[in-house]
Amino acid sequence: MLRSRLLAILAVLILLLSLGSLVGAQDDMVEIEYWQYNFGARVDAMNMLIEQFEAENPDIKVVHNSDIPYADFRTELAASAPAGVGPDVVTLFYGWIPAFVDAGYLVPLPEDPFSEDFILETFSPMVANSKFEGSYWAIPTAVRSLALFWNKDIFADAGLDPESPPATLDELVEAAIATTQYDGDMSDILSITRMGHAPALAAQDHHWFREVLIRQYGGAPYSDDGRTVTYNSEEGCAAFSWLAAFETEHVTGSNDILDGATNAFVNGESAIHVDGSFRLGTIARNNPALNYGVAELPVGPNGERHTFGSYWTHGITRRANDDPARLEAAVKFLQFITTPAAGTLWVNNVGELPAQATAAADEMILAHPDLGPFSAGLAYSHATFFVDESAQRQVLIDAFDNIRMGGMDPCDALDEAAALEQELIDNFWADREM
Amino acid sequence: MKLTLAKKKVVWAYIFLAIPIVFFAYIRVYPALFAFQMSLHDYNPLAAEQPFVGFENYERLFDQLGKRKSQTKSAFQNTINYVLLGVPIQLCLALAISLMLNEIRFMSTLYRVMFFLPFVTSTIAIAWVFRMLYQPRFGLFNVILQLVSLPQQPFLRSTQQALPSVLALVIWQGMGFAIIIFLAGLKQIPRTYYEAAEVDGASRWHTFRYITFPLLNPSLVYLLVLQTISFLRMFAPVIAMTEQGRGGPLDSTVTVVLQTYREAFQSFNMGYASSLTVVLFALILGVTIIQLSVTSRRIN
Repeated sequence: MLRSRLLAILAVLILLLSLGSLVGAQDDMVEIEYWQYNFGARVDAMNMLIEQFEAENPDIKVVHNSDIPYADFRTELAASAPAGVGPDVVTLFYGWIPAFVDAGYLVPLPEDPFSEDFILETFSPMVANSKFEGSYWAIPTAVRSLALFWNKDIFADAGLDPESPPATLDELVEAAIATTQYDGDMSDILSITRMGHAPALAAQDHHWFREVLIRQYGGAPYSDDGRTVTYNSEEGCAAFSWLAAFETEHVTGSNDILDGATNAFVNGESAIHVDGSFRLGTIARNNPALNYGVAELPVGPNGERHTFGSYWTHGITRRANDDPARLEAAVKFLQFITTPAAGTLWVNNVGELPAQATAAADEMILAHPDLGPFSAGLAYSHATFFVDESAQRQVLIDAFDNIRMGGMDPCDALDEAAALEQELIDNFWADREM
Repeated sequence: MKLTLAKKKVVWAYIFLAIPIVFFAYIRVYPALFAFQMSLHDYNPLAAEQPFVGFENYERLFDQLGKRKSQTKSAFQNTINYVLLGVPIQLCLALAISLMLNEIRFMSTLYRVMFFLPFVTSTIAIAWVFRMLYQPRFGLFNVILQLVSLPQQPFLRSTQQALPSVLALVIWQGMGFAIIIFLAGLKQIPRTYYEAAEVDGASRWHTFRYITFPLLNPSLVYLLVLQTISFLRMFAPVIAMTEQGRGGPLDSTVTVVLQTYREAFQSFNMGYASSLTVVLFALILGVTIIQLSVTSRRIN
């Protein structure tokens, strides 16, 4: 009795399974997997693009994996690779690309349709400059730059003109001092109740220092080929000292108090903040009532404008390359999500600027009060060539901590950082050239 | 061969026991052995090939340890500090508390529960609560300091105070376990010894020194070995309590296991990370053997 029932269940299961494979075999669907880390607005925008893409290409199905939080994203990729699973198209931070190329995880973008001429002609300069070892390895939908955020209510409260943000580095210092409030000792970071400006190297300020402040002080962060650290110069030290002074000398803020520099600004507890366009979305979501403005980064002592540009970029993996049908589908998909139209959809939903120069220079975007300053910045933006973004960032975070916690001289701290970062860069290239 | 019913039962028992053993071998023993193998390769999980490099990872490890300053060196130094500070403080406190708990009768269960509760609570949850307690200005500890007009302390935000701040939580959380073991040990000591000591007019200190302490030796050895191992493997409280789980500020709280994690899953140097775990394994093995041989002399 029992046995016959078991047999019946088994028979049904077999039938179902074979039906499933019949359905699968009926059409020549190619299924590719696309992975990005979980960031609400990006996930929604990509879902829209995938829907459009699948409508245009009914023989391709894109599986969108966006469940992995940012902090675990690379770990999950590393865990999936040895198991032989994972994405065919993956979105990575541009600074991670060399490490993924080094591991042989990505394959170069095919000449057709991603020829060098096409990329140079149509994409923002920072994307065009991303050629590495003779190839382009990834291509973005959107790019970001840094700009200055200021809180108009705090400016007004401190007796400053709420409509004129600091235009120079000196004005930034003055405004930061004027807007800071204390509860007691004005020389103690811990007694700050409202921050003027908090240097936050762990957030965007290591980029601001690297690509903006040093240049504005007349120096250069790296040699032209990106293989030699040059920020431990007189100019670099002047720039680093300027940044550290907010915490050590002017005592206008710290990333250690009021839930960190970024949250403090979003919560209306900090007057001035340097951040990317992606922060617009955070503010809109978490504190829509915040009365703030966005301006281009202040000019430096030499009167020059610079900003840091960065982007999340899509690459094709070794896994896709192993199967011609999937590779073809992956290339089609990549082409689709990097058009000017995709960039426009992206800016409207995510707030990041289209990677295609024409779409980014759109009148509507330039005239937009919040996006305009970011878009204007694209023309003078620099994207650092990182060999190991997190390790290189850590080097500058540590240098800064050495100043504010260990009382180290900024020039010495920078010398130490330069030596450590040079070692990282040298190790990377030594492995490549063996 | 015809098996008796009793033998059949035994065979079946082995068959059922084999399942967890096979499972254990596959998810614990095999990866542990695999770590030895990985440590001899330039093992990048993203790559298609993992070239053999001999002892290069170990060379790099000892090279890092020899430097004036390096993450690996900080990790080993801090781990040793955690053990040298944490184990004695935790065991002394646990012993003192269990002696007191052994005395009281009124509401003794409630007290025991209070001390044991942290041990059965999630480390991550406790670590996050402590992280808030340590906050500047609004954290409970700084609020108390302000109330009694003492200067505020940076706690987790200072290179000097961060390690003791993390340690305090770990000592407190793990203490419940040590207390239970000590209490069980105390219950094993026959009452007659104490009665005899009382008759002889021994002082409380002498009773502790010559009866309680020697007879607690088995519990003490057990705890010493176990707690040393647990401090050597410290990971979760540090990753939960430090900024972005980095073991900062300035690597002042990073441990060997956290460094292993960072190398393996953030920099993808699985080979180097494996060599760290192999060295940690050797360290744990060595310390345990020494502890057992030194402290487990039989006391009469």
